[in-house]
Amino acid sequence: MSDLNTGMVEKYRNNFLKEVEANVEEGDWVKMCMQCGVCSGSCPLGPHWDHPPQELFMMIRAGKRDEVLQSTSMWMCTSCYNCIVRCPRELPITHIMHGLAHYATRLGIEPKGQPTRQFAQLFWDNLAKNGRVNELWLGVNLYFMNGFVEGIKVAMGMAGIGLGMLKSGRLSLKELIGGHTVKDKKGFKAMIKKAQELEAARVDGSN
Amino acid sequence: MATKEYSFYPGCSSQEGASSSNYLKSVQSMCDVLDIKLNVIPDWNCCSASIGYCGGGELPRLALSARNIALSEQHNAGQDIVATCAACWLATKETQERLDDDAGLMDETNQALAEAGLKLKNDNKIRHMVEVLIEDVGYEEMGKHVKKPLDGIKIAGYVGCQTNRPFGIEGESFENPKYLDKFIETMGAEPVENYDKKVSCCGGALAFSEPEKSQALIKDIIEAAYDGGADMIVTPCPVCQMNVEVYQDKINAKYGTKFNIPVTYYSTLMSVAYGKNGKESGLNGQIIKAKQLEEIAAK
Repeated sequence: MSDLNTGMVEKYRNNFLKEVEANVEEGDWVKMCMQCGVCSGSCPLGPHWDHPPQELFMMIRAGKRDEVLQSTSMWMCTSCYNCIVRCPRELPITHIMHGLAHYATRLGIEPKGQPTRQFAQLFWDNLAKNGRVNELWLGVNLYFMNGFVEGIKVAMGMAGIGLGMLKSGRLSLKELIGGHTVKDKKGFKAMIKKAQELEAARVDGSN
Repeated sequence: MATKEYSFYPGCSSQEGASSSNYLKSVQSMCDVLDIKLNVIPDWNCCSASIGYCGGGELPRLALSARNIALSEQHNAGQDIVATCAACWLATKETQERLDDDAGLMDETNQALAEAGLKLKNDNKIRHMVEVLIEDVGYEEMGKHVKKPLDGIKIAGYVGCQTNRPFGIEGESFENPKYLDKFIETMGAEPVENYDKKVSCCGGALAFSEPEKSQALIKDIIEAAYDGGADMIVTPCPVCQMNVEVYQDKINAKYGTKFNIPVTYYSTLMSVAYGKNGKESGLNGQIIKAKQLEEIAAK
């Protein structure tokens, strides 16, 4: 367990709702949920969530900290925004799901092998490197995220699609070396670093 | 009519050799006909779409879009920001809204931007290209430029998620927006009536990380198009386009279906109907060839 996680457990004791309100993106909306279940019924991947959003909201109020933060549930969000537009209380559910996933990651207690967790991290690392997404490396890293042997298998399975993309000019081998980038990489990186520091001071610094 | 000018945010997938480079091509051809000038935001960066949340927290993600908006204010002053990608539009618009609502976040965002020598005022309008077409050009004007009506093609207008929710298009409903059908009609083609999966999710970025779950969603989207008698599917979103087009072989292998339906952008239709050739319309970017459009473009 990370120091930050231990610190947060100490700080908030049995009040997980308060912890979420203070530290999770849009977390102060959680208490507004009236348990109607429209979000859960509207989710395209609904059947695959261990705990659909409405359940997560009640679990937060019930103080089920580990069950929520270690859950694979919020990593099932496809960002379709169906729940947001249908919620009678207008909770920004999509953002709360992203916020819970990010907070769990910040604490180091997220389900590490969960595929969307892995892909989402790859995506961030990819864009943070040059300021723009390198689709070729994103694909390569994705296929090989579970090791080399597994990667070869996945890559072989995807070869047809990759070839189609190459032939239609929608994938470029030029991206292997260098590739698209912002010009002011220095300023870009300094900006991200500053934003991360400010956010860390707000969340981690509240210990 | 006078030239319309916008500050343009093309986004990562529109770049040369990227997955929706064909979208950009057709948009350029369409804008050329409609006398729309797109001024690219110099040195724009990725918006982190809707999947950057794991590594990027709230503020770093807001800073990404804020940098683009600030660059636009600096270089394309006074111009509305226009995006063609659903995720780019959504992330930028969300950032504008969040920062408008929260003075504390706005202050921190400007502290981060200062590291890149930028400052955000946040008073630009953020718009999707389809809004420009509907609101600034209008269906009548869009129709006036049609040289080769797309007669005899039946098309399922697949709006998808992020061009539709949470912001959507003014005057349209979330559950059954009509604008894409009107685009199809205006170009002389026939829209599928009551297309069942018009606003259903294709899995988005999870098509990469949860391929089987997403392909089950994509299967339903394609099946409903066939059920409505569609010859092809058209969409305003790069992720929708890619997901619905490229996995058809995989879905066929798994489910025993025989899907082989082309998926293009609204701008592809418009470019062809406006008399541009196949290459100018981005038709060479199709993995599943849009043969009917190719024939019209070659005429």
